[in-house]
Amino acid sequence: MDLSQAYSSMWADIAAALPLVIVSLAGLVVVVFDAYRNRHAATPLITLAALVLAFAVEIPALSADGTAFHGMLRIGGAAAFVNLLILGSGILTVMLAMPYLKRLDMHIGEVYSMVLFATAGMLMLGAANHLVTIFVGLETMSVCLYILTGLVRKNQGAIESALKYFLLGAFSTGFFLYGMALLYGATGTMSLSDMQVAAGSGSVMFWAGVALLLVGFLFKVSAVPFHMWTPDVYQGAPTPLVGFMSTASKAAAFAALITVLVLALPPERWTGVLAVFAVITMVIGNVLALSQSNVKRMLAYSSIAHAGYILVALAAGTPEGYSGALFYLLVYTVMNIGAFGVMSQLEWDDAQGSTQSLDSLAGVGYRRPLLGWTMVFFMFSLAGFPPLAGFLGKWAVFAPAIDADLVWLAITGVLASAVSAYYYLRVLVVFFMKSARDGEPGTAAGEAFVIPTMTRGVLIFCTALLVVLGVTTFAWDLTGTFFG
Amino acid sequence: MAAQILFFVLATVAIAGALGMLVSRNPVNSALWLILNLFCVAGLYLTLNATFIAVIQVLVYAGAIMVLFLFVIMLLNLAALPDVRRFEWRKGVAYVLSMGLLSMLSFVVASSLGVLPEPQSLQAAADSGTANTLAKSLFVEFALPFEMIGILLLAATIGAVMLSKRKPV
Repeated sequence: MDLSQAYSSMWADIAAALPLVIVSLAGLVVVVFDAYRNRHAATPLITLAALVLAFAVEIPALSADGTAFHGMLRIGGAAAFVNLLILGSGILTVMLAMPYLKRLDMHIGEVYSMVLFATAGMLMLGAANHLVTIFVGLETMSVCLYILTGLVRKNQGAIESALKYFLLGAFSTGFFLYGMALLYGATGTMSLSDMQVAAGSGSVMFWAGVALLLVGFLFKVSAVPFHMWTPDVYQGAPTPLVGFMSTASKAAAFAALITVLVLALPPERWTGVLAVFAVITMVIGNVLALSQSNVKRMLAYSSIAHAGYILVALAAGTPEGYSGALFYLLVYTVMNIGAFGVMSQLEWDDAQGSTQSLDSLAGVGYRRPLLGWTMVFFMFSLAGFPPLAGFLGKWAVFAPAIDADLVWLAITGVLASAVSAYYYLRVLVVFFMKSARDGEPGTAAGEAFVIPTMTRGVLIFCTALLVVLGVTTFAWDLTGTFFG
Repeated sequence: MAAQILFFVLATVAIAGALGMLVSRNPVNSALWLILNLFCVAGLYLTLNATFIAVIQVLVYAGAIMVLFLFVIMLLNLAALPDVRRFEWRKGVAYVLSMGLLSMLSFVVASSLGVLPEPQSLQAAADSGTANTLAKSLFVEFALPFEMIGILLLAATIGAVMLSKRKPV
């Protein structure tokens, strides 16, 4: 191997993976900058600028196709779509988190460097083409998210949820790594595209590896029965960052799972397994969400249920299923960031909203019309009402299942989402149809701070995007071209 | 011939180091015996032409990890530790003999079933065990994951420092 040639070809790879490079370097810049200018106002702006730049660079890559870094990353197509999704989620999150953290007097630079490093890990995970890149991306993302969960802490709850997240996450990493080792042992390769044709794929060792790998993935996307960490983490972590970890990390993990399924695994064997996981995830996620009185906790169970809907599309095992899953991830990202953005403005328990009940939000929709009405859109879309994007998304994930003769699965999904309408609409009932009782905390305290302009902008943008994605099909058509 | 002599010298010293670690009553002495053992194992790697692993063995195990061990031992209150029982020679000899018998029997069974791995030639080890081969793979094929692990470790370090600060930010 000629080394100088290898290095000169690496320049082209760097150009192809430019968003990843930009985000990583920006993370390093923020670390150093924060060391000299602690809590400087420019730190979040550097973060934001880097994410926007990376987003702009990634847009032309949608039409590209290929791999970079010796087959470690995929370039263009689905990978570019997922990268845009992650970067977009990052941009909206930073815009929400900037005023939020300032209000709580916790705008420390490390938060932003962790967001950037987590984004870099997700970009790697979402575009991974090799088990090593999947693992390194997954770990970079997870470690940063553990830290983000516990970093901003005024109460014990944040530390508790960070510790739970870390311990369970480390455990699932062990499963994942063991699965990787078995797959490598069975096939002699770690490159996903070589794996299916390799000798030994289909042996017992191979399928044991696949099973362990699935455990790792299902933990990261919080599918039942690996969902135990989700409610505690979402409840205890800072609200805008919960929006980030519930959307971007899920998008990246699902993208990597789709890559593994498409490239490495023969589809006839795992359809049933994913269908079972999809059913229990949808049913248990929705049923447990019914009884939650804390909105953040309710949204956590709802995000579990949404992972179930996406698994329905993956269980179909068809190109339409994969593109439907990608489209659903986009819709889900917009809805969830919006919903957590609204909740981040409705906190007056001094514990990042982790202890306040839904009833304490009574009548807030009239006192805070912007929050109330954008929440209407987010909740209706999460429940899947037309003409909002949530409906089209559900269509995109359930239709492939019906085409693949999994009618029972699609019916379960539709019934589960009918159940979910109850708890989504209950939020709106409390927001608009109940009047605040005397003695409820927060009715006065809640008015104390104004909604920052940036947050208003993000909420209105998310609402508009939900409507646009719901009445036009350009994004769906775009995802349909990836797995032709 | 010289290589064989070197092997037996190193192996004997390594076993002596391991035994010394087990029987010495002072934890600090135990740790020092372990260092001797680790150095000898590094020497054994060298005789197998695995230069990179030999260097890493010295740097990581004999260097970094042993320093950590010694720090922990010195932070403990040694006087408060429960008294170690006297080493019983009869039990020790019985243990060595029975383990020897067990390994001999396992070897016979395994070789009759044909599951023993083929011994690697020195040339094969030299091809894959040198720093050069490893670096070519690490910095060309796996350059991207390698750089990313750097970021991962940086993030973990920052997180450890931030989370262990007593006062919440």
